[in-house]
Amino acid sequence: MSSPRFRQTPAADIDVSLLPTYVYGAGSMMWWGTMGLMLIEGTVFALAIVMYFYLRSHSLTWPVNRAPELLWGGINTAILLVSLVPNWLTKRAAEREDLPAVRRWLAVCLLCAALFLTARVFEFGALHTRWDSNAYGSIVWMLLALHTTHLVTDTIDTAVLLVLMITGPLEGKRFVDVSENAMYWYFVVGSWLPIYAVIYWGARL
Amino acid sequence: MTPAAAIPQSNPVLDRSWSDPPGIIGWLSATNHKTVAMRFMLTTFGFFVAGGLLALIIRLQLARPDSKLVGPDFYNQLFTMHGTTMMFLFAVPVMQAVAIYLVPLMIGARGIAFPRMNAFAYWIFLMGGLMLYTAFILDIGPDAGWFSYPPLAGPEYSPGKRVDFWAQLITFTELSGLLEAVILITTIFKLRAPGMTLNRVPLYVWTMLVTSFMVIFAMPSVMLASTALITDRLVGTHFYNPAEGGDVVLWQHLFWFFGHPEVYMIFIPPLCFMSSIIATFSRRPIYGYPVMVLAIIATAFLAFSLWVHHMFATNVPELGKSFFTAASAMIAIPTAAQMFCWIATLATGKLNFRTPMLFALSFFVILLIGGLSGIMLASVSLDLQVHDSFFVVAHLHYVLLGGAVFPLFGAFYYWFPKFTGRLMNETLGRWNFWLMFAGFNIAFFPMHIAGLQGMPRRVYTYPAEMGWGMLNLISSIGAAILAIGILLFIVNVLRSRRSGTPAGADPWAAGTLEWAAASPPAPGNFSIPPVVASRYPLWSEGGVAGSVKGLVDHRREVLVTSVLDAIPNHRATLPESSIWPFISALAVTVLFVASIFTPWAVVWGAVLVTPPLVAWFWPKKAATQRNLQREVKP
Amino acid sequence: MKLRATIAAAFLLGLCLCADAQQLPAHNALEPAGVQAAEIHQLWRLTLLICSAVFAAVLAAFLYAIWRAPHSAQQAPADVSSLAHPEPRLQRRITLAVLAAAALLLVLVLADFLTARRLAHLPLKDAVQIEVTGHMWWWGARYLDDDPSKLFDTANEVHVPVGRPVILQLSSADVIHSFWAPSLHGKKDLIPGRTALLQFRVDKPGLYRGQCAEFCGFEHALMAFTVIADAPAQYEAWLAAQRAPAPAPVSAQQQHGQAVFMRSTCAMCHAISGTDAGARLGPDLTHLASRSTLASGALPNNRQQLAAWILDPQRFKKGANMPATPLSSADLDALLSYLETLK
Repeated sequence: MSSPRFRQTPAADIDVSLLPTYVYGAGSMMWWGTMGLMLIEGTVFALAIVMYFYLRSHSLTWPVNRAPELLWGGINTAILLVSLVPNWLTKRAAEREDLPAVRRWLAVCLLCAALFLTARVFEFGALHTRWDSNAYGSIVWMLLALHTTHLVTDTIDTAVLLVLMITGPLEGKRFVDVSENAMYWYFVVGSWLPIYAVIYWGARL
Repeated sequence: MTPAAAIPQSNPVLDRSWSDPPGIIGWLSATNHKTVAMRFMLTTFGFFVAGGLLALIIRLQLARPDSKLVGPDFYNQLFTMHGTTMMFLFAVPVMQAVAIYLVPLMIGARGIAFPRMNAFAYWIFLMGGLMLYTAFILDIGPDAGWFSYPPLAGPEYSPGKRVDFWAQLITFTELSGLLEAVILITTIFKLRAPGMTLNRVPLYVWTMLVTSFMVIFAMPSVMLASTALITDRLVGTHFYNPAEGGDVVLWQHLFWFFGHPEVYMIFIPPLCFMSSIIATFSRRPIYGYPVMVLAIIATAFLAFSLWVHHMFATNVPELGKSFFTAASAMIAIPTAAQMFCWIATLATGKLNFRTPMLFALSFFVILLIGGLSGIMLASVSLDLQVHDSFFVVAHLHYVLLGGAVFPLFGAFYYWFPKFTGRLMNETLGRWNFWLMFAGFNIAFFPMHIAGLQGMPRRVYTYPAEMGWGMLNLISSIGAAILAIGILLFIVNVLRSRRSGTPAGADPWAAGTLEWAAASPPAPGNFSIPPVVASRYPLWSEGGVAGSVKGLVDHRREVLVTSVLDAIPNHRATLPESSIWPFISALAVTVLFVASIFTPWAVVWGAVLVTPPLVAWFWPKKAATQRNLQREVKP
Repeated sequence: MKLRATIAAAFLLGLCLCADAQQLPAHNALEPAGVQAAEIHQLWRLTLLICSAVFAAVLAAFLYAIWRAPHSAQQAPADVSSLAHPEPRLQRRITLAVLAAAALLLVLVLADFLTARRLAHLPLKDAVQIEVTGHMWWWGARYLDDDPSKLFDTANEVHVPVGRPVILQLSSADVIHSFWAPSLHGKKDLIPGRTALLQFRVDKPGLYRGQCAEFCGFEHALMAFTVIADAPAQYEAWLAAQRAPAPAPVSAQQQHGQAVFMRSTCAMCHAISGTDAGARLGPDLTHLASRSTLASGALPNNRQQLAAWILDPQRFKKGANMPATPLSSADLDALLSYLETLK
């Protein structure tokens, strides 16, 4: 239903046929999706940390039993920090679209993942409390379990990408997926640091 | 001559590439944003009617004192289900659903970001709602209220699985809501038509952007809270158990940190239904665009600093309470500013009182009363009298219906021609409106008085000698009238779908881009994507400045633009329709429901969920080949 | 339009008149009888005045706007001049209106702070201290005293002296409850794991009703209580009676009744001071016959109701924790006679 509502104006047409069909970084929708996920998960972690200090403020003795042992937490934190290196290399390789390098570094990341998941199992034991002993036990288990969920999903994501990079079908966009996965890995390691501080050192303050 | 991009054109190639496949598999694989949004709207409306029917039974029971119609067990389930349905299965999802339909059309895009995730979010929402209602029908529905306070909702005082179904429903609906929020933010930031700078984005789109950010920061709180409740009940954690170091009030903090922003997430989108409708029916742009945008942002921020006003009767420190009084009063200021801008728009416009406008105008009465009763509740001293009484029930319904439901009905009347190609009947519309308006006020105004006279909420009956009988009877009669009004709406929808007047693309001669698409829009929305140069592209001269050339029609290609100024950045191909979102949703449902019964379900459920998710992600060879042929590297 | 407005106004007025007059005991925030409730009522009146004025003003502006603005046909061209040209007149008016709204809000917030301060500064010299514990679905009350021999328990009905402050120490034995006597004060939640305080003073003798105001499960609706304000002399008399243990049963039937009490399930939950029954799961019954209601305000306290209640509490308060106690009519009569001595 066209109606003569306005006069003809010089048309400002835009031709987009030469634009790329994918980009890296903040231009891509995938980046925004990953950012959104990180914001959500970050909020969950922040709230869980607030819960820890809230419960602590209502408690006369804290921790109620004994503080978590530092060994496995320290080892795992080290592994996670070290894993940032192959992660960074993966991201750079992806943005160069260097397929052999991507495969190599994704495999190294996956190796790190196996290591930190194993160490994480020991970490639960080193908490020296059960989730159902008291509120202190409940919140430290919750914090550790929340983070572990992210370790698991990150590992699965990385494994799937590695397989895809080996078997194909591949196109440029898949390198963007690898790059975004690397960003998520940064988040998983980065978010661990405050949680580590709260679980292991919060009990000692 | 009108620019080509402002007129709907037929384009069979585009239609084919954006349509979902036919048949049952096709129906389950649908990812077109309008298809999914329409399902979402219909489902949320279905829940609205279900919740409303529950409310009618409540009003029937409360109509007379000492009534034996409904016993305490069923009554407690009734008000729990009513609140849970309305808040989690209707109020926020419907706003997101309408946005999923309209936002791409308003920003000149052919689709939304992450269309398969959008489909998944719908299926998860549907399955959560079905789980809850199945539990209710089997007489194991939740009965601890829609905000489910421990210890009543804890393992000791709510044995069985009733509260677990409630808590897990939260997981379903919040997952759906969070995913929709990410989709909307990405769509709004990245898929706008060239020339639609943030300064030219329709006010409706601003509200959905702000609301989506609120969702992201608020919903995690209730998910965490309800997860902790489930673990308290299932595996013996002690988050809310004071005997072992937990705290009962922790629940209230976590819940209301979500709960207060939640009501603003319900209230803010309709603010811009108001803006859309008032602009069109006043024949002028809304006065004060920057003020309107800042007001929405201010409201969203302030909404996060009010939550303790739900807890004034607890023994949190008094000084802290005063802060929340001040904040709760302050949030009235941006809303007042918006109201005054609308009144200014009305005063300087040329008005047309069709049904959408009537619903929008009712806001000025109903929400005004609700907002003022909210100011009363903001005061700690006054709140200590009327908290948890029928005064609060009156307040919350005045703000939720006046602020959200009435504008929503106006929005339905307004955009129905766009969704279906037909206008709704005006006469029925007026009857619908006046019956709803009268019924609503008759039902809920007396509750202010009943509350002040000491009637607490969530009581299945009350003694005759309290003298609340007449007020309650009047409320119940009002509820019946309101119900008839809503019934008329349903009748109007059904009749108009079949035999309403054909509407054409722009029956209201409105100014924003969705009215440039056909009614209903073609699968690909815009045959010729527009370039815009105005906030009201269809009203301004040169508002549609030109067209976007170079997007292919035989693939689902969209133009991705920059965040601030909508400068074209790259072309993305959205994925084909897929059944994996549906199957993944089924798997996730099994995981969620089973984990109510055993914690090990998290483990084997994860194993169950991973394959469909991988299949969802895994690219298809043929599609990859086609993409490679047209690939242009950055 | 105008006719509808008139009808609406008449309806609202009718509503306010329609609300039934209160029967005793008093349970109405709009009819304060205690000092605290009166303060709150003052604030209420100020707030109502300001909010009504704002409502009237905004509604008037709104109605004026839509009355005066010209009407148009739907297809009339839209006026987009405001996109290019600012509208200073509107800007000034809206700014003034927003400032006025902010100023009024400030007044209300200040009034609220001042009221809260006054509520918190109730003089507490010579206060009566009562420990109130919420249960599902009844109220336990223990009158505190420095001298432990003067402590006593009662349930659901508390007496307070006129003119002296009362401090309630509120906590819960199970879930969250809320103590609300609207004629006396605002409410306070009874939260397990915490002790909250509620301070009030009654200056007029009389009966004041209250009800639990936080959903606490099944019979939340039937969890009422009564506050009876006595003149000081009467209060002292009541205190003395309550502190005394239950009188020993005199007649044979009463003794038989006491025996029935001790050997049935009664003694497993209820305490009667001066006897061996000392359980605290249910309300203290030492002075049961001095109370005017049973079952937390659900039933009047007379022989027939008490009999029906004992035989099957579930009939009146489904879900109550008290089981049905089948008794032969001889036993029941004896029990009732005994309970009637517990004044």
